[in-house]
Amino acid sequence: MTLATFLTQVFNGLSLFTVLALMAIGLAIVFGQMGVINMAHGELMALGAYMTYLTSIGFSRYLPSLMGLYFFVGIAVAFVVTAGAGFILERGMIRFLYARPLDTLLATWGLSLVLQQFFRQVFGPIDVSVPTVDWLQGAWIPSPDIVIPLSRLFIILLTFCVALSVYTFLFRSGWGLRIRAVMQNRAMAGAAGINTERVDAVTFAVGCGLAGIAGSALTMLASTGPATGQQYIVDTFIVVVFGGVESLLGTFLSAFLIGQMQSISELLLSGSMAKALILILVIVALYLRPSGLFTNRVRR
Amino acid sequence: MVLLEYSALPLLAVLLLVAIPVLSGTFRLGLFAKYLSLAFCAVGLVLAWGYGGILSLGQGIFFGLGSYMTAMYMKLEASAADPAAAVFGSGGAPLPDFMTYNSIDTLPWWWRPFQHVWFAIPAIVVIPAGLAFLLAYANFRKRVGGVYFSIVTLSLAAIMSIVIVGQQGYTGGANGITDLPTFMGQSVQSNTAVYFLYYVTACLLILAVLAGRFVLGSRLGKILIAIRDREDRIRFSGYDPALFKGFIFAMAALYSSIGGAMFTMQVGFASPSVCGIVTSIEMVIYAAVGGRLSLIGAVYGTVLVGVAKSYLSEHFVGFWLYLMGALFIFVPMFLPKGLAGVIEWLGERSRVK
Repeated sequence: MTLATFLTQVFNGLSLFTVLALMAIGLAIVFGQMGVINMAHGELMALGAYMTYLTSIGFSRYLPSLMGLYFFVGIAVAFVVTAGAGFILERGMIRFLYARPLDTLLATWGLSLVLQQFFRQVFGPIDVSVPTVDWLQGAWIPSPDIVIPLSRLFIILLTFCVALSVYTFLFRSGWGLRIRAVMQNRAMAGAAGINTERVDAVTFAVGCGLAGIAGSALTMLASTGPATGQQYIVDTFIVVVFGGVESLLGTFLSAFLIGQMQSISELLLSGSMAKALILILVIVALYLRPSGLFTNRVRR
Repeated sequence: MVLLEYSALPLLAVLLLVAIPVLSGTFRLGLFAKYLSLAFCAVGLVLAWGYGGILSLGQGIFFGLGSYMTAMYMKLEASAADPAAAVFGSGGAPLPDFMTYNSIDTLPWWWRPFQHVWFAIPAIVVIPAGLAFLLAYANFRKRVGGVYFSIVTLSLAAIMSIVIVGQQGYTGGANGITDLPTFMGQSVQSNTAVYFLYYVTACLLILAVLAGRFVLGSRLGKILIAIRDREDRIRFSGYDPALFKGFIFAMAALYSSIGGAMFTMQVGFASPSVCGIVTSIEMVIYAAVGGRLSLIGAVYGTVLVGVAKSYLSEHFVGFWLYLMGALFIFVPMFLPKGLAGVIEWLGERSRVK
């Protein structure tokens, strides 16, 4: 194994990390902060990817001169549409099931089946992909053996921007303050005059919107099909649980670890076996540290 | 309605042992036998989920283990009868055809014992239940509970199908293990065999329901329900909840494994599609539709969803998935006790009058 193949694999791991991290941050908010098991999170990601796809079609048809900028609009559209979908989902379904987390799991699984079939009928069973914009088409070639596509570098940058914005939103904004207050102590937050129901809806919508951004990022790396969401959902849950459900930094680091372990073990094993191995390792790690790798010790 | 509650089990027995075999031809009977095999998983889930509070999203693992172990025995039996396999198998045990295609020339050690039926049948009973007990006991000991355990079982189901598909040479890969004509020298495809296997499945299923009732009615069952409702109180009373939860999870796994074994004998294959995430979660909806607290309801739930699935997916392919999705959403939200809950409600209403 040469250094170049190793480094390429490390970089592939970074790409996997970006998708996992973007998905998992959204899920960490929904699952970690609210305790809602949203099995349709993957389908919301696919929704974001499809929205980016629609935006690219819209630009190529009506604004071909601005094609270079469509991806930014695509991210915004993906975020708004999936956050909207999340808002409706919370108001229409999730809020009735807060007391019964296992039932939420089943109901959102049903939703994911419905959404998959919906995608299949609207966008067709075949995967769709978006054009790469001109300024991301090149590659950075630090040495002849290592070729790093610019689009992937861009996604990594995007991931860090999103993580930073989520951090700012949760820890430096008024909404974030209210969200944290409600998640820490619902009754006291309510007594202090916070509209807890509205906070629930907003939190859930933001979590879902982040899945939409993950979908946008995914279009840069792979094509989108009706079953795209299902490919990532188990991994994402594993990332969140592995990182410690209540810690955003933990989620970020665990996405990094899992992405790297997966792509480095692919050097030695076939891709599917590497995935199975990682899942087993994570289950063992969870057994040893049931509350995840990074947790704040809190008295309950 | 009161009558219905007491006569539920005899009614089920009459339906399964008399009505269905009389009214359906060989083809439909085969379909029903398939649903009844899956119903073992649903009955197991009623025990583990409804009464033990453990939502397993990985019953497909144990169904798959039962199914694959049966298929391994039947495949080796078929290969032993096949003169071509004896030529390819270099000395000793005959090689299944898919191993030859994948250029594996000796039978792996973990396949060898499955040449013997006296190993295969106890293995189907012991291995899944043992693994399930270890998994559940270890995790519950560490108080990995509730949602986390569900996610662990879900990932295990994912691992199982990934490994089976990935290790084609040893497991038959995505095609699974096929061409299984006989079990212990008897054809499993003849008309007599279809009826015989149907009756075996139906009787085992009724037995499983009875055993489930017995366990739930015993003191063990009472403790189990108490653990589901307030685990810490039971712990403070000096019981070890992990032991009880491990037991009921192992029982559910045993049921699934038996279901898997019967499934493979009747459909003539074992495939990774029955161990994966999608099937495993579908099994939960069978139990939820029938009623998560009703062992008998689970059987009806599986048969109903199964019949609806095969009818609708033949005639309206797209519509079926919408309906399945709607079922998942509707039942937990509005009918948390499933059909059994509806019947109970009707019964109470008639009693008030």
